[in-house]
Formats: sequence, C-alpha cells, structure tokens
Amino acid sequence: MANPLEQFTIKTLVPIQLGEVNASLTNAGLFMVLTVAAVTLFLTLGMTRRAAVPGRWQSMAELSYEFIAGMIRDNVGNEGRRYFPFVFSLFMFILFANLIGMIPYSFTFTSHIAVTFTMAMVVFLGVTVIAIIRHGLHFFSFFLPTGVPMVMAPILVPIEVLSYLSRPISLSIRLFANMMAGHTMIKVFAGFVIPLGILGGWAPLTVIVALTAFEFLVAFLQAYVFTVLTCLYLNDAIHLH
Amino acid sequence: MSDDKTSPELQQLDARIAKARKGSDQGNGPEMSGFGAAMRYATELVSGLIVGVAIGYFLDKWLDTGPWFLVVFFFLGAGAGIMNVYRTASGIGMAPGYKDPAPTIKSSVVTDADNKTDDKKRG
Repeated sequence: MANPLEQFTIKTLVPIQLGEVNASLTNAGLFMVLTVAAVTLFLTLGMTRRAAVPGRWQSMAELSYEFIAGMIRDNVGNEGRRYFPFVFSLFMFILFANLIGMIPYSFTFTSHIAVTFTMAMVVFLGVTVIAIIRHGLHFFSFFLPTGVPMVMAPILVPIEVLSYLSRPISLSIRLFANMMAGHTMIKVFAGFVIPLGILGGWAPLTVIVALTAFEFLVAFLQAYVFTVLTCLYLNDAIHLH
Repeated sequence: MSDDKTSPELQQLDARIAKARKGSDQGNGPEMSGFGAAMRYATELVSGLIVGVAIGYFLDKWLDTGPWFLVVFFFLGAGAGIMNVYRTASGIGMAPGYKDPAPTIKSSVVTDADNKTDDKKRG
C-alpha cells in the first residue's frame, strides 16, 4: 500500500544555490507561483469586460471581493478598509491554494506548517505593530482586563500574554492540521479500495466520494476562518478597549 | 462599498458592528461542522500549552535553572489554553475582548483557577 504521507514530501525541481542559502524551486514553491498566477488570472481576466450586468466569471470575481469587503466591514468597521488589500490577498491565496490542492496529483502547500506558520506570523506581527503604532504603550493595558482585582494580576497577566502569544500557533496549526488530516484520510481510504477487491472495495470508495466533498467544504471553511480571525485580531488592534 | 458615508449611516454601521460582536458567532459566515468545532477547540487548547512549554523550556535552557521555568510555564500555558477554549466556546470572539460585562471575565478567571487547582491535585 502506498504511504499516505508520501504526498507531502517536498521535492526539489530546479536546484538553485544562492551563497549559503538553498533557494531551490520545490514543488511547494511551484504551486505557490501557480496559486498566485491563478488568483491574478481569475481576477484580472474576470474583470476585463467590466460589464454593468456581470457574466458568470465577472460575478464570481465581484462576489469574492464583496465577501471580504463585507467581512471587514462587519468585523473591523470603517477603519479596517485600508487593510482590505492585505486581507483579500490572504484569503484568495489560501482559498486557491486549498482548492488547487484538491486536484489529483497536485501539491497542497497549506498542509505544511512552515507555510501556514509564516503566514500566521506575518498577521500576528503586523497586527501587533499596528496596535503599538496606534496606541503606543497603552497597548500593554490589553493584558490586564478592567475590573479585575489587583490580587489576580500576577496570575492573570502572564496567562493573558501567553494567550496572546498562542494566537499565531493556533492560527497556523488549525489550517495545517485540517488540510493535512483531510488529505491523509482520503489517501488512507484510497489505499483500501484495490486490496478489498470488486466486492468490498465499494465501501471505501463511497467514503472517498463523501470525504472529497467534505474536503472542498474544509478548503473553503479554513480559508474563511483564517481570514475572519485576521479580521478579529485587526479589530482588537484598532479598537483597543 | 460606497464612499458616501453620512453620519446616520455610520451610526447604523456602529449598531451593526455591536450586534455582530454580541452574536454568538461572526455574522454571515458559513456554519461550522462538528469536526471543525472539535478541531478548533483542540488547537486552541494545544497552542496555549505549546507556547507555555516552549517558553519555559528555552528559559530553562538559557538560564540553566533546572525544570522550574518549565513547570511554571506549563501551568500558565495550560491556563492560557483553557482561557482560549473558554473564549472560543462562549463566543466572546476568539481573542481577548474585554468590552464584555465583568461577570463573563470573572467566571473565566474562576474556571481557570479551578482547573489549575484540579491539575495540581492530579499532578
């Protein structure tokens, strides 16, 4: 039976060595380039006609724009509008990465913690910097809720700080674990189909069909959750209580 | 998104934001499946622990102070993880959001303290 984790191995496609740094093009890198290209093509080609009454493609592009615009409006408010380009890029990048990963024989780079943790750290550091720029030292009052007795502060403040520091970890683990678990599960069940033969093989095959549909849901849901959490963090940074 | 923001519209927006924040989950997003919810609570809990243990471990390594920082930060990390889960589950928003009335904050503190004493009894 094929190894269900084999699909996650990183292969070097074009070896490039820049001094000490290994900057080779890997399959992960290739699919990141493909994802960016697909998003760009999807949006620019979709909007070339700019019809007043949009066609299918244009309305898909407009729909994704409005989805994120509405998300920022609901979760961050008016001041969040200037961060729209970042949030929108993030959403489209993760969504297309997840969906391209659903094509057989392709590579899902969001199933690697290195990728998701980098994205989460960008969000986390960016949001923290925004909060400190906007609120200065007042930002640190974030860690001591109002109305808490001072006796509790020595316990509560470290817990708050740790809770704050755990944000990028939970953000990255959630995306990576969901993608990896789903893809592994499909592969595991796929491994049962042929060994169980023409009589028994139908059961795992049915499961695969159901799981594939479920994975499409997860692909969208995880992109959504990552983006909505980014919005909430941004909201905390902007409207510090 | 239209650019003409008159003040009644802004007030309406404020009301909508307040409503969205009060709601159990955020606005018009897709519903979470049971699997998704389980995954989310698990990651919230584990991430708090990971951060606590990592900080404790590296402080110990750096300062050469036996297991003490690890022990302390393990419990703090556990507290942070439980707090994360509590926040996620109660829908305050998956982040420290302290505009909420004091009772919810106090109850979260109480559950934290309770859980910590439980941990200590068991451990």
